[in-house]
Amino acid sequence: MLAARKHGETSVIIEVFTEDRGRHAGVVRGGTSRKIAPILQPGAQLDVAWRARLEDHIGSFTVEPVRSRAAQAMGDRLSLAGLNAVTALLCFCLPEREVHAPLYRRTEALLDLMGQNEIWPLAYLRWELALLEEMGYGLDLSACAVTGATEGLVYVSPKSGRAVSAEGAGEWVDRMLPLPDVLRGRGDAPDTQIAQGLQTTGYFLATHLAADQGNRALPVARARFVEAFSRRL
Amino acid sequence: MSSTDDIDALIEMMAKLPGLGPRSARRAVLHLIRKRALLLTPLADVMQTVAATARECLNCGNVGTTDVCDICTSNKRQNGELCVVEDVADLWAMERSGMFKGRYHVLGGTLSALDAVGPEELRIPRLIDRIEAEDVREVILALNATIDGQTTAHYIADQLEGRVTMTTLAQGVPVGGELDYLDDGTITAALRARKPV
Repeated sequence: MLAARKHGETSVIIEVFTEDRGRHAGVVRGGTSRKIAPILQPGAQLDVAWRARLEDHIGSFTVEPVRSRAAQAMGDRLSLAGLNAVTALLCFCLPEREVHAPLYRRTEALLDLMGQNEIWPLAYLRWELALLEEMGYGLDLSACAVTGATEGLVYVSPKSGRAVSAEGAGEWVDRMLPLPDVLRGRGDAPDTQIAQGLQTTGYFLATHLAADQGNRALPVARARFVEAFSRRL
Repeated sequence: MSSTDDIDALIEMMAKLPGLGPRSARRAVLHLIRKRALLLTPLADVMQTVAATARECLNCGNVGTTDVCDICTSNKRQNGELCVVEDVADLWAMERSGMFKGRYHVLGGTLSALDAVGPEELRIPRLIDRIEAEDVREVILALNATIDGQTTAHYIADQLEGRVTMTTLAQGVPVGGELDYLDDGTITAALRARKPV
């Protein structure tokens, strides 16, 4: 479950992210009732069945709860900020009804880790890398774009999204983005490196992905998560 | 022009009220017309008065008929506690309980990225001003137990950090509630907030 908004007096329009149908919207009749409203919280795992007379119609969902993640998230500031960032980014960048099964599975795994604050920020960073990859803006961090070296990679080119070594950066060093080991899946992943990694992925989300979405600003929920995370540094 | 145009217009307006549809609006209007002296005329008078006088309290956002509401002007309410609620309906719910003796602050909604509601759209800057001006010692965040409500609560807590004591309402089993009928999220929250007997 990604988002819900009221529709009339008793219904809501929800957006869900599904494995087989991608991001999908539909009406839930009686969705504001005391029985159903607590189920329809962002991050909840639902079983949904969609029905419509025509494929183009918004249609309606019948909803069965599988598990709620709201209580888990609401008890912790970082988890809540993270959940908001994940749902807001998915709403922001996923085209409707386009299948993204690998990203769905990664998202489900990420949300299941919520509450484990020691590892969650690292999992979130990896999820952002996967999101960029899935949307066609993946970073190539395997070798230096200039020299071809596979070791000593410390920067990411803001233009190409490829790794660059200190030697290869040359006079462009001031313009490069940081490439901490954690982005290449190496080392102990200290919080400072995760913060650097988020800075790099944030750059590509804002200047590449968001720019191609009609120059819309990135959801503020992501910035709030980064801020909440940086408080513990 | 039909002789029932005015009545149709009244039915149309009534049907826009929450809980009423065209059929129930028609029944209500018919009832009002039948009890013209007892209901319709007094209702019209009261509605005219309220339409002329109802306004938001400039201080807290409560609804009343004066610029500053009774709760804000009452000396008995000046105890240093400020309860932050999402909506006027929540304020009324708190008042029904009769437990809270401090003052209120109505935000007018919750932060929502989807609906483009930011801090500026809510009464958060005014809340910060009130903390300073009214010598508030404790802020009670009585926001809904939803993702949006708690996101707003955390945002306010961040803004007021170090200035004032902040508390939030407990979450868990409602009075008269049976465990069997509770959702798993509520049971999780209740277990986390368990207390010694």
